Amino acid sequence: MSHHIVEARNLEFAYPDGTAALRGASFRIEHGESVGLVGANGAGKSTLLLHLNGCLLPAGGEVRIGDVPVTRATLAQVRRSVGFVFQDPNDQLFMPTVGEDVAFGPANMQLPGEEVERRVRESLTAVGAEHLRARPPYRLSGGEKRAAAIAGVLAMSPDVLVMDEPSSGLDPRSRRRLIGLLAGFRHTKIVAAHDLDMIRELCPRTIVLHEGRVAADGPTAGMLGDRELLERCGL
Amino acid sequence: MPRIDAALREIGALDALAAQDTPVHRLDPRVKLLATAGFVLAVASSPLREFAELAPLALFPVAMLAAGRVPFRLVGRSLLLASPFAVMVGVFNPLFDREVVAHWGPLAVTGGWLSFLSILARFALTAGAALTLLATTGYVGVGSGLGRLGAPRALVTQFLLLYRYIFVLADEGARAVRAHALRSASGRPATVRVWGSLAGHLLLRAHDRGLRVHAAMLSRGFDGSMPALRPLRWGRADSVFLAACLAFFALARFGHLAENLGRLAVGGAP
Repeated sequence: MSHHIVEARNLEFAYPDGTAALRGASFRIEHGESVGLVGANGAGKSTLLLHLNGCLLPAGGEVRIGDVPVTRATLAQVRRSVGFVFQDPNDQLFMPTVGEDVAFGPANMQLPGEEVERRVRESLTAVGAEHLRARPPYRLSGGEKRAAAIAGVLAMSPDVLVMDEPSSGLDPRSRRRLIGLLAGFRHTKIVAAHDLDMIRELCPRTIVLHEGRVAADGPTAGMLGDRELLERCGL
Repeated sequence: MPRIDAALREIGALDALAAQDTPVHRLDPRVKLLATAGFVLAVASSPLREFAELAPLALFPVAMLAAGRVPFRLVGRSLLLASPFAVMVGVFNPLFDREVVAHWGPLAVTGGWLSFLSILARFALTAGAALTLLATTGYVGVGSGLGRLGAPRALVTQFLLLYRYIFVLADEGARAVRAHALRSASGRPATVRVWGSLAGHLLLRAHDRGLRVHAAMLSRGFDGSMPALRPLRWGRADSVFLAACLAFFALARFGHLAENLGRLAVGGAP
């Protein structure tokens, strides 16, 4: 049984105020793939991502992580295998110190203390943030916050990494470092971003969303060279 | 807004002091919480005009601050920031109660002034003790202590999240005020209407952020209770400390400690 496959079938979703955000989006992402998700503001990127770990449940269609459909009953299992890095690290770093924040996921998984400790150490090392461990999140720079937020997700050892605008708000050097870091991960990756250069470097495949539907899905190189397509989808 | 900013910085500075390692810091947070609660109870319940009775009680926060190596100035500044509330509570007492109840040297003291001073003293003692608790235990220590003492889970979670997000919220508020200042060239202060809209926007943004934080917490397996991250240990020293504190408070509150000490000092029999 593999949890590394992400599949969406005819996803439909409308917000309570009636705005239709997804109107039948479908795709299948295989084990180990790295996929960019692009689209204009309001194309439905964030809404789609929130469906991948069940923060939102679809009004129509379904999401499957490996063999498991995302439903209320499977949430715990799904969230263990899909790690979600939110757009604003402030939303994600809610514990008093970086170390405790990274420990939050593993501790909730009821792992024994020494295993929690090992995971915290390893994840912080993986993102080069060991020295931030005792610091409170509000005293970190943007790049440091991003690194800490990613460590918090890695500590749950997910199979799939979902990231919403990971490079937003980073200075050029922090951005370079982030891209290098993400390129080193062997997880199945789904990266939503307006930063097309980052997508080009990280993701061999790209999905273009337009008005809640998949407008194009294929190799990044060809797609980001298609001026007509990008223009039509507001990119 | 700068005032709120300054207050938050003070809280941050107090919390930073909690990382020290002194005998006071090593005490179990639960013990310090209970002792502080006992202290507040003793201060708050002492009769309004028995001003002198409060004096021996002041020993507790002073001793804790000294043993915990917390600068008095820092606590004093935080007290000043919060003092307008206490002043507002008691400021009219001298006007209403003009009966002379005591003479301090050439000074005739009315009941109103005495109760006003007493309110200020109580405020300084109780708020000072709370700040001392924060500076020697840290916000998280206080939070986990509360949790282990049986405080409701939702309350403890809120307490911890408040501490994390009050800085974010203050930052957003400060930015909104600055943006307003930059576009109000007249230099006139903002009208109620503008403030209302500003506060409303802050509230809406805070609500949105709350939803996002909650989603982030759920994504990492949150099930309603914060995991206990810092193990607490209640040792023999903790029990001794708590017993000694409570005994002292009882003595100061019911034993007329100040009066008896005074008599001792002037050589009379107690």
